[in-house]
Amino acid sequence: TMSLTSFASSLDWSSMRSLTCRCLCVCPNRALTPRYRRVCPSGNPHRLIITEETVAVRPHAVAAVLRNIAFTQERYDSFIELQEKLHQNVCRKRALVAIGTHDLDTISGVFTYTAKPPGDILFKPLNQTKEYTAIKLMSLYKSDSHLRHYLHIIEDKPVFPVIYDSNGIVLSMPPIINGDHSKITLNTKNVFIECTGTDLTKAKTVLDIIVTMFSEYCKEPFTVEEVEVVYPDGKTLIYPELAYRTETITADFINKAVGINESAESVAQMLTRMCLRSEVMGDHIQVEIPPTRSDVIHACDIMEDAAIAYGFNNIIHTTPHTYTVSNQLPLNKLTELLRHDLAASGFTEALTFALCSQEDIADKLGKNITDIEAVHIANPKTAEFQVARTTLLPGLLKTVGANKKMPLPLKLFEISDVVLKDESKDVGARNNRRLCAIFYNKTPGFEVIHGLLDRIMQLLEVKPGQGEGYRIQSASDATYFPGRCAEIFVRDKSIGRLGVLHPDVISRFEITMPCSALDIDIEHFL
Amino acid sequence: MADNGLLESVLQHVEKVDDGVDSQAVAISLGLDHQTVVGAVKSLQALGDVILAEQRTSKHWELTGEGADIAERGSHEARVFGAIPKDGLLQTELMKLPSGRVGFSKAMSSKWIRMDKGHEGGPRVFRMVETIEDVVRQKLLLVRQGKSAELEEKDKNELKKRKLLTEVTVKSYWITKGGSFSTSITKQETELTAEMISSGSWRDKKFKLYNFDALGMALDCGHLHPLMKVRTQFRQIFLEMGFTEMPTNNFIESSFWNFDSLFQPQQHPARDQHDTFFLSDPALAHEFPQDYLEKVKKVHTEGGYGSQGYKYDWKLEEARKNVLRTHTTAVSARMLYRLAQQEEFTPVKYFSIDRVFRNETLDATHLAEFHQIEGVVADYGLTLGDLMGVLHQFFTKLGLKKWVEVGNSGIFRPEMLLPMGLPEGVTVIAWGLSLERPTMIKYGINNIRELVGHKVNLQMVYDSPLCRLDS
Repeated sequence: TMSLTSFASSLDWSSMRSLTCRCLCVCPNRALTPRYRRVCPSGNPHRLIITEETVAVRPHAVAAVLRNIAFTQERYDSFIELQEKLHQNVCRKRALVAIGTHDLDTISGVFTYTAKPPGDILFKPLNQTKEYTAIKLMSLYKSDSHLRHYLHIIEDKPVFPVIYDSNGIVLSMPPIINGDHSKITLNTKNVFIECTGTDLTKAKTVLDIIVTMFSEYCKEPFTVEEVEVVYPDGKTLIYPELAYRTETITADFINKAVGINESAESVAQMLTRMCLRSEVMGDHIQVEIPPTRSDVIHACDIMEDAAIAYGFNNIIHTTPHTYTVSNQLPLNKLTELLRHDLAASGFTEALTFALCSQEDIADKLGKNITDIEAVHIANPKTAEFQVARTTLLPGLLKTVGANKKMPLPLKLFEISDVVLKDESKDVGARNNRRLCAIFYNKTPGFEVIHGLLDRIMQLLEVKPGQGEGYRIQSASDATYFPGRCAEIFVRDKSIGRLGVLHPDVISRFEITMPCSALDIDIEHFL
Repeated sequence: MADNGLLESVLQHVEKVDDGVDSQAVAISLGLDHQTVVGAVKSLQALGDVILAEQRTSKHWELTGEGADIAERGSHEARVFGAIPKDGLLQTELMKLPSGRVGFSKAMSSKWIRMDKGHEGGPRVFRMVETIEDVVRQKLLLVRQGKSAELEEKDKNELKKRKLLTEVTVKSYWITKGGSFSTSITKQETELTAEMISSGSWRDKKFKLYNFDALGMALDCGHLHPLMKVRTQFRQIFLEMGFTEMPTNNFIESSFWNFDSLFQPQQHPARDQHDTFFLSDPALAHEFPQDYLEKVKKVHTEGGYGSQGYKYDWKLEEARKNVLRTHTTAVSARMLYRLAQQEEFTPVKYFSIDRVFRNETLDATHLAEFHQIEGVVADYGLTLGDLMGVLHQFFTKLGLKKWVEVGNSGIFRPEMLLPMGLPEGVTVIAWGLSLERPTMIKYGINNIRELVGHKVNLQMVYDSPLCRLDS
């Protein structure tokens, strides 16, 4: 079947779908759909106090308790695995959210989420035998293959996040590591879960996912005990939210969007099977979206689920009745025509990279990078990605360099875009469509390249001569051999240059034969 | 080519016989090496129909080196006989002679000599007969004279066993007169000339035969790049289906158009430094349609248009960051926005095939730049069924039916379309795939670097066939 992904929709959401929806599998009927409830304990709920020091580093925290849970090795393993999976995708490798899970019976509330200078944080972290300060831990974990990837999230901050219980025991130092004291074992009966992070919505979502998945194993299944979270300003919120929300749709909406014709009852049934409990109410369908489906944010997500339930293979293929007349982009149309005639003139088309090194467009051509209006890339992995090309010439010369064993002459061309800085554009840069050709042989062949220019002008109906025609005029250019370079003027506007390449340019590109080149802007001919 | 004189001699020989003649016989008759005659035959063949030469293989017997020696000086046993005087010879003395060892036993078994073991002074060898007939020598002489046919097979095989004769396979020609047989050689022409045409002299000339088994001349022609050939085909198919080409000549895009307008949240992994190329210069875009930008901000942070939104802090700074576009969908977004500004909505079908950039790990099938193919249809009341129908139609036209699974496809979200101002009932379906993958499959290329970039295999470009996608 075809997989429907909302076009350009994030990895994020689709991975979350696969974790929640498919994990919990398709719900055969309404009675078996779990109903998640947040419950109040008999005494006071646990409290997590957030101090204002956290604002500077990792402001948000939410928490919940799972009561009387029964862990088997299998459940324990999948509990750990779920946390890891969530950390890797939804939590953006712990940068957005980090999860800490603790044996509630080893600690005592009230819990405090604060931030302290790393030197003041001292505790025995998970799987270690002695206590370390946070400073020591940062250097200790630099060689830990797993944890070193998360150090950057807090290492440069003046204060590190840390959660204490009422006795000063460290539960965790998010997002790096939990304390050993409160670690979960197979004997753990009550679990305290905290999620801290920089995105509150995500933290709430992640908490909901964990508790819904594991509340199944509580003595009272699908119940989650609430925790009060107190903010620096005194505001108190209760977590987990475990919110159910309702969307109202019509069968017509689903039918029209998917291209099927189902009754309201049938649609309600299909959605219920996808864990979106639905009920027909008059001429509407009320769809309940459980906390496990925070990926459903619009009715179109409901439509997608309906389509999945219906089965993509069952949807009849139709063709849009949209009548349109096609149009080519004039610049591309011109390019296509010229390409064919350049090949007909005996030249071979190359396709080179738009990204290259600074040297390629400056030094190697005898120019200075500061004189070139090039676009620079901020995070190049290698020198090959430093700039976007401002000329097609280096690419063609590198092509010659990589094909030294081919028989001479080599006659190459490329009609493609270069990138130039341009303040008049909204992004500050524009593309420019250029035509570049080279003749590489035992003799430079200027007359050949010149002949090619004449042929191109002929094809574009530009006659040789002043005024309305084209002419070439001697020019001085460090890329070309002195006295053998000319500027090309069409209707008195310069469109480019041609000439014999300077021997230094030849050598810098590590090739050996004389070479002539033609380099023009074809946007002039639109 | 063989000397004309030689050729004519051979022709004269052929003329004399009624039937035909073997080239070996000709060689013997002319006193020439057989290979010389073979050369002459081949030259005559090239002249056309002068002679007919049928290849034959024949075997004949030849003396080995030892056989020739015996033919000259007699067999070993005969020499032994000849070396024994009237009163006999000491065996030890006999054995010292060159043919002694070999000849002694043969001479004994032929009963030409006898040995007296008990003779005083040591074992002595005496002649038993007055004269002998050196039969072996006689047989070898026959062969030397070319009369091997007069010997019986068993004799020949016997001598072969004794390594005095070998059987040699000879390839010769049975030469007969051809349709245009003549004893004189006329000069061969290689090519027709203008002078021959105007004077008509070609009628009297003989032309050398062509070798049709060789290839023709390699032409000096230009070539189009295979990836571009495939692009031309895809472009053609879109145009045939009524799609209009989008202006994609802008590699640099703002994060706003590349991500935000497409409803991709700002903390999304794809906006990571690891996957996207950000720019240091120009680092930020400076112009946006303000009203639209506010609507995009709202739908990300609060929701609206029937959506919950993402509920996070949307930052203008993030949206301003320039990138090398990661997909041409950014252009589709610009086009749909422009469409939405029209007084009245008109349905459209757009396409584009152009370069995109990803800052990913590179390997044999992945480069930092590649080409994306994208198709978009916007109209009232389009359905999922329509999307699937268009996809099937598109891929069928390409002859790539099973590719339906491989391309990315879907329906643009309302959170993307409604802030632009597109009417509510309008659905926009879209799909895409990369250009490189089908090209590599069609042209059988395994390493993408041989296809795209300067490390291209130019010979591959020279040799690549037409791109015919329907086959």
